[in-house]
Amino acid sequence: MISSSLRQPGLWLSLLLVAVIGAIPPLTQSATLRENMFTLLMFVAFASSLNIMLGYTGYVSFGHIVFFELGGYVGFYLLSAQKWPLAAAAAGGGLAAAALALLLGLSILRLRGAYFALATIGINEAMRAFINNFKPFGGPTGMSLNFAVYKQYGGPTQALWITYYSVLALTALVVLVSYLVKSSKFGLGLVSIREDEDAAMVMGVRAPRAKTWAFVISAIVPGMIGALFFFKNGNIEPGDAFRLHMSIEMIVMVMLGGQGTLLGPVLGAATYQQLRTYLLTSPIFKNLQLTFAGLSLLVIILFIPAGVVGWLRARLPRLRRVLE
Amino acid sequence: MLNQLLASLVDGLLIGFVYGVAAMGLTLIWGVMRVINLAHGPIIALAMFGIYFLFAGANLNPYLALALVAMAALLFGLVMYGIVVHRVINAPHLSTLLATFAVNMMIIGTGTAVFTTSPFNVDFDLGRLTLGPLTLPVTRLIAAGASVLVTAALYFFLYRTPPGKAIRAVANNRDAAELMGIPSSRVLALSFGLGTMLAGVAGGLIATFFPFTILSGGTYELKSFVISVLGGLGNPLGALVGGLVLGSLEGLIPVFLPVNWVPVIEFGLFVVILLVRPSGLFGARQ
Amino acid sequence: MTLILQVQNVSKRFGGLQALTDINFELPEGEILGLIGPNGAGKTTLFNVINGVYRPEAGRVIFRGQDITGLPPYEVARLGLARTHQIVRPLNELSVRENVTVGACFGRRNYGLAEAQRIADEVMGLVGLAPRAALMAGSLNVAQKKRLELARALAAQPYLLLLDEVLAGLNPTEIAEMIQTVRKIRGQGITLLMIEHVMHAVMNLSDRLIVLDFGQQIAEGAPAEVSQNPKVIEAYLGDPRLAEQLGMVDG
Repeated sequence: MISSSLRQPGLWLSLLLVAVIGAIPPLTQSATLRENMFTLLMFVAFASSLNIMLGYTGYVSFGHIVFFELGGYVGFYLLSAQKWPLAAAAAGGGLAAAALALLLGLSILRLRGAYFALATIGINEAMRAFINNFKPFGGPTGMSLNFAVYKQYGGPTQALWITYYSVLALTALVVLVSYLVKSSKFGLGLVSIREDEDAAMVMGVRAPRAKTWAFVISAIVPGMIGALFFFKNGNIEPGDAFRLHMSIEMIVMVMLGGQGTLLGPVLGAATYQQLRTYLLTSPIFKNLQLTFAGLSLLVIILFIPAGVVGWLRARLPRLRRVLE
Repeated sequence: MLNQLLASLVDGLLIGFVYGVAAMGLTLIWGVMRVINLAHGPIIALAMFGIYFLFAGANLNPYLALALVAMAALLFGLVMYGIVVHRVINAPHLSTLLATFAVNMMIIGTGTAVFTTSPFNVDFDLGRLTLGPLTLPVTRLIAAGASVLVTAALYFFLYRTPPGKAIRAVANNRDAAELMGIPSSRVLALSFGLGTMLAGVAGGLIATFFPFTILSGGTYELKSFVISVLGGLGNPLGALVGGLVLGSLEGLIPVFLPVNWVPVIEFGLFVVILLVRPSGLFGARQ
Repeated sequence: MTLILQVQNVSKRFGGLQALTDINFELPEGEILGLIGPNGAGKTTLFNVINGVYRPEAGRVIFRGQDITGLPPYEVARLGLARTHQIVRPLNELSVRENVTVGACFGRRNYGLAEAQRIADEVMGLVGLAPRAALMAGSLNVAQKKRLELARALAAQPYLLLLDEVLAGLNPTEIAEMIQTVRKIRGQGITLLMIEHVMHAVMNLSDRLIVLDFGQQIAEGAPAEVSQNPKVIEAYLGDPRLAEQLGMVDG
């Protein structure tokens, strides 16, 4: 697992996958494909960032989507009400998400196992209910973007491409960060927390601090992506943003691909999202998309809990360096 | 004003009883096997549909239908335990959480396809009863009474019957119970079935109050989390009291604040309790 | 003679149970101090108080002149106090090498990953785990896991090492090997506080013994004295096998 060289093949395989996915829209100049790949890349980024908490540290968060939501709201607010440029608004969204993660780190990260999981559900619901009442963010009706804003970025089509490339860059960034964490001393501390938090503390790992940092790092990119997504969307409202099932789907993606690995979340997110899109457009499966997803999740949990990449790593030890 | 407060409070308390039963199902499963059943909500919803079809289709009195639905829910729990939970019972928490959530997704997915998301309604009205300054729907009174009966029956079962005592033994210390010859897998299956049965009873009772869809269970699942933590995870009586507390809050808060603030307070309270006193108001069974 | 550890009037209670009452002793640098007593006497609880897992209701723990009472375990570890657990706690999904590297990274010296790995390799050689470096920790047998537990603690380069029943569950050959390893560790200048039930080993290795019974300190001194102490004999008669080993009763 430990290898601090940037020449690690596992890293390049993951980045390559992201690049291949990312290259499809510019190569085809197709707006539909761009939107599809945007969503796909978004989920790859979510899954990879969630993996830092779930896979490396072993803390199951059912509320990871809250960073996307808060980042989306703060970014949107900065953009529409305060007239900030997009990049700054996105940064603001990321910062807001990081601040929330810091706050949570000081409070709910004390809880273990199922208590922590429940607390994350509570946080997500509390945040949704709160924003529903928060007038500056538009309350239940949310906020809308004046169409004229897109002119600042060369018109709506241009704006859409800008957000696309931004999300592509952020996705590559989060994969790189995930790798850097995993191959660092900090990452070693995180996995030791996952294996046995008390034993890790006895060995000198400053668990409270390490967990909080992991949480903060996992929050930033989803927050920024939130700002970009809702900019593209043109409006934001509480119902859109705070979806518990999206958090769960992120967990499925990480588990499907293989938690704790670098490639796992990327592969898992890409596969799940593609499958989901296919199911939604197929006449037979359209209504059963959720059922199928649930069934796949069950099969994974019962029979291949290490996910696809984990399973491959166990079967093919020679390929371990590549299947990082 | 006082009358309004009283009316709101009693309203909240009556439904709080049913919330309590729902939460009891969740907390019982946690107490015995440290599993959070994330399919809790959809099971509640399925029970609602069960009552609907027996009432509308077979013209069965909802309370008689409830007995059938309760049995079906018990059976469902036994099967779900056998197929889904048993394999992962000793795996890390995430596995059981995701396994039960997978069942949740499957029920919601199939339910949406079969029933769509249009609301269904069990049109069963027994009129109102006037007690002093209060006018209360009879269905709510019956539901509250049924909840108390169910709680009493549960406690009788747990404390006075051999299978119940076996459940308490396994909850206390599974390995020791096995060493004493208690078949822990069967006991766990039974406990899971009891938990889902309670969810089914709650769903069946709620069906007589409001219209519902397959998605309605989700709200009650969230409330069950809050109540279980409030009353102490693993403590069924705590869950009943927690249900009353939550019901009262839901009844009283809208008198003073816009109703949209109720969820904020509910979930805020939830997080605060988890942080400050995770063993709940009455102590969890650790 | 510098005192590496001073335990002063330490008491620990859990609800109604008084686990430790007024424990007092000093540990000079370089000594091997044995901590013995019947099961349930509070020996592991005392370890937990010393390294910060529990906070005592009364008393102080002073490590190398610094009051460490109530410091969290990770701070105590970073000051140079390491411990092993009675029931081993390997980091199962990590390799043996990674396990030991964790010990080296977060111990007394704040080593970077590369340096820590080098130290891990050295320590694995010392305890004889080098051939198994790449194996998953979870796949080792009990004796190997005990050595892993020890290697992790050593990799932290501690001044003081608390060993909790490091010989339990080992066969006579393994015990003999472990005794040699413990002597090597002392040879490197590490002070040792050992909880042990394998009487012949602890009698042989220890410079001094402390005896606990029901959370109270009932005797302290050289092994020969302590084994003749009537209070100690009485405490162990409750555990005849041990009494026999102490040479008190004709078996």
